[in-house]
Amino acid sequence: MATVAAPGTQAYARPALLDWLTTVDHKKLGILYLYFTMFFFAVGGILALLVRTQLAVADSSFVSNNAYNQIFTMHASAMLFLFIIPVWAGFGNYLVPLQIGAADMAFPRINALSFWLLPPAGILMFAGFLVEGGSANAGWTAYSPLAQQSGSGMDLWIISVIILGVSSTIGAANFMVTMFRMRAPGMTMFRMPIFCWTMLVTAVLQLLATPVLAAALTMLFIDRNFGGAFFDPNTGGNAILWQNIFWFYSHPAVYIMILPGMGIISEIIPVFSRKPLFGYKAFVFATMAIGGLGFSVWAHHMFTTGAVLLPFFSFMTFLIGVPTGVKIFNWLGTMWRGSITFTTPMLFGIGFVSMFLIGGINGMFSAVVPIDFAIHDTYFVVAHIHYVLFGGSVMAVFGGFYYWFPKIWGRKLNETLGKWHFGLMLIGFNLAFFPMHLLGLDGMPRRIATYSESGWEALNFASTVGSFLIGVSMIPFLIAVVAAFMRPKDQPDDPWEANTLEWGTTSPPPVYNFDELPEVRSERPLFDRRHPDLAGGGH
Amino acid sequence: MAAIESSPRHEEGMSNGMLGFILFLASEVMFFGGLFAAYFIARADAQEWPPVNLLTEEQIAAGVQLEMHVGLPAIATAILITSSIVIQWAEFQIKKGNQAGLIWGLFITLAMGVIFLAMQMYDYAQLDFGAGDTIYGTTFYTLTGFHGAHVFGGAVFILIVLLRALGGQFSAQRHEAVRACSIYWHFVDVVWIALFTILYIVPE
Repeated sequence: MATVAAPGTQAYARPALLDWLTTVDHKKLGILYLYFTMFFFAVGGILALLVRTQLAVADSSFVSNNAYNQIFTMHASAMLFLFIIPVWAGFGNYLVPLQIGAADMAFPRINALSFWLLPPAGILMFAGFLVEGGSANAGWTAYSPLAQQSGSGMDLWIISVIILGVSSTIGAANFMVTMFRMRAPGMTMFRMPIFCWTMLVTAVLQLLATPVLAAALTMLFIDRNFGGAFFDPNTGGNAILWQNIFWFYSHPAVYIMILPGMGIISEIIPVFSRKPLFGYKAFVFATMAIGGLGFSVWAHHMFTTGAVLLPFFSFMTFLIGVPTGVKIFNWLGTMWRGSITFTTPMLFGIGFVSMFLIGGINGMFSAVVPIDFAIHDTYFVVAHIHYVLFGGSVMAVFGGFYYWFPKIWGRKLNETLGKWHFGLMLIGFNLAFFPMHLLGLDGMPRRIATYSESGWEALNFASTVGSFLIGVSMIPFLIAVVAAFMRPKDQPDDPWEANTLEWGTTSPPPVYNFDELPEVRSERPLFDRRHPDLAGGGH
Repeated sequence: MAAIESSPRHEEGMSNGMLGFILFLASEVMFFGGLFAAYFIARADAQEWPPVNLLTEEQIAAGVQLEMHVGLPAIATAILITSSIVIQWAEFQIKKGNQAGLIWGLFITLAMGVIFLAMQMYDYAQLDFGAGDTIYGTTFYTLTGFHGAHVFGGAVFILIVLLRALGGQFSAQRHEAVRACSIYWHFVDVVWIALFTILYIVPE
C-alpha cells in the first residue's frame, strides 16, 4: 500500500527527542513501554542470576542474608510490576488501536500519563538500594509483620507500587473505552481479534483489582509510618487481613500477567497453522470466565493460615482450570491438521502451550488442600510460578516480539538467530525450573538465603546452570535486534499473510494508522481480502 | 433547533469521557471497598467495640478515650446530603439553559463542601484518640481521612467547573463536566452515608 504523507504533517515536525518525550501517539508510547519493560526485564534477570549464583552451592556466602532478601524481593518486584504487567500495556498500546481499526486510543494524553508514571516508579523502587537498611526485603508479597520490620526501602517500594497501580488503573479505563467506543465500522465485539479480547478482560481485572492493592498498600504505609494498627494483632489489627486483601488483588493479577500472553499466541498460532482459531467464541467466553472466577480463588494462597474456607477455595481453583483447559484445546485444535510453518514466533507459541500446560497442571496439583499443606512455601511453588510466568508470559512476550517486529520497526528479526534464542531459552528454562519441583517435594523452603549439604546441591547447581543458559539465550536475540536495526526498513504490509487489521497498513504504520480500512466482515478481515471467494465465513 | 446544535456523539448515548469517568469511579469504589473490608474484619475480630480492652496503661494515663461524638458529624452529614441535592438542582438548571442557576448551585455546593471539611477538622481536633490508638483509631482516621480527601478533590472539581461556568462555557446541550462533577459529588456523598452508618450508628 502506498504511503502518502498526510497534508500538513511537516508543520508538526519537532526534534526527535522532544517528540518522543511529548508524544501522545499510541504507537510511540507502545514502543516506549516496550523499551522500558525490556530494560527492567534485563535488570530483573540480572537479579535472578545473583539469586542463582548464591544458591548454586551449599553454605554459600556470595551475598549476605539481608542482601539476598533484597535481591529476591527486587527480582520479583521488577519482573512483575515493572516488566510483565506493563509489557502487555506496551503491546496493547501499539496493537489494540490498529487491530480494531482506530486512529489512536480513546484518551491519548491519559495514555501518555500512564506511561510517564512508570519511570519515576521504577527509580523510586530501585532507590531503595541507596537508603539505610537497603531496598524492600520482605518478598514481593510483603507479608505483615515482616514488612513492618524492613527499612525505609520498604516505604519507597510501597509508594512505587501505588504509582504503578495508578498507571495500570487509568490505562485499563483507557483500553476499555477504546475497545467499547473506537472500533471501526463492521468491527463488532465478536469480530475483535483475540488479543484485544484478552486485553479487555485484563483491563477489567486491572480496573477492579488494582485499587484494592492500593488500599492494602495504603494501610501498610499507615501502619509503618503513622502508628496504625491494621495488621498488628496486639492493637486489634489482623495480620491475615494483609494476606486477604493482597491476594484479592494479586490473584486476579496473575491473570493480568498471563491473559494478554494467551492473546498474543492466539494471534500467532492461527497465522502459522494457516487456519482460523479453533473455537473463537469458546476462547472469548473462557477468557471472561477466567476473569470472573479469578476474583474467587485468592485464598488458595492462604490454605495453611487455617483462616480460610478450604473446600470453597479449592473447588473454585479447580473450576478455573476448566476455561484454561478449554484454551489449551483451542490452540491444539487450531494446529490440528494445519499447514504449520515453524517460524520463530510459532516456536514461541508452541513453547507457551507446552510449558504453560505444565504450569497449569502443577498449579492444579497445588490446589489440592492436603498437597498444598505439604508443598506450601517450598520450591514447588517457585517452579509453578515460573512455569506460568516464564514458560507462559515470557514465551509470549518473545513470540510477540518476533511476530510484530516487522510491523513495529519495519524489519524482520533473523530466523536462525531466533531459533537459537528459542532453543537455548527452552532448554535453559527447563533446566532452571524443573529441578525446583523436586527440591520443593523434598521440602526445600523458598526464600532461604542458603542451605546446608543435604542432597539439594546437584539439583540447585543444575538450576543455576539453566538460569545462566537463559541469560546466554538472550545473546542471539540481542544480535538479531541489532542486526535488524542495521538494515533498512524493507518489510511489506503483511509479511506473514496474517489475519488482523494491523497488517492492512504499512510497516511501520503512518502516524494516523490507516490510509484506508479493509472491510471487516469476520474476525479475519485480511484473510477475507486475500481470499474474496472464501470471505463471509467465520463470525 | 436542538437537533442541529447537539453534537453527533450525544446521539450515540454516553460519550467516551463520561464512560471513562464512570470506570474511574468503579475503581474508586474498589479502593473504598478494600478500606471498608479492613474495618469490618476489625469489628468482627474485636471482643468489644470500641476495643477499650486493648488500651495500654500509657494510653489510658494519657487520657485516650475511644468514643465519638455523634452530634457534629450528624449535622455535617445533613449538610453533605443537602449539598448533593443542590448540585443536582444546579445540573437541572443548566439543562434548562439557566446559567445563573448553575453558578449559584455550584457555589452553594462548594460552600457546603468546605463547611463539611471544616466541621470534620474541628471534630478531629476534639476527639480524645489518635490514629495510633488501637484499630479503632486507625480505621476511623483512615476511612474518614480518605473520604475527606475525596471531598476535597470533589471541591476542587466543583471549583474548576464553577470557574468554567463563570466563563460561560456550558449550555443546555453541552454541560458534560457539570454532569461528571455532580456524579462525583453524589459518589462522595454515598460513601459518607455508608461511613456515617457504620462508624456512628451501627450498635456497639
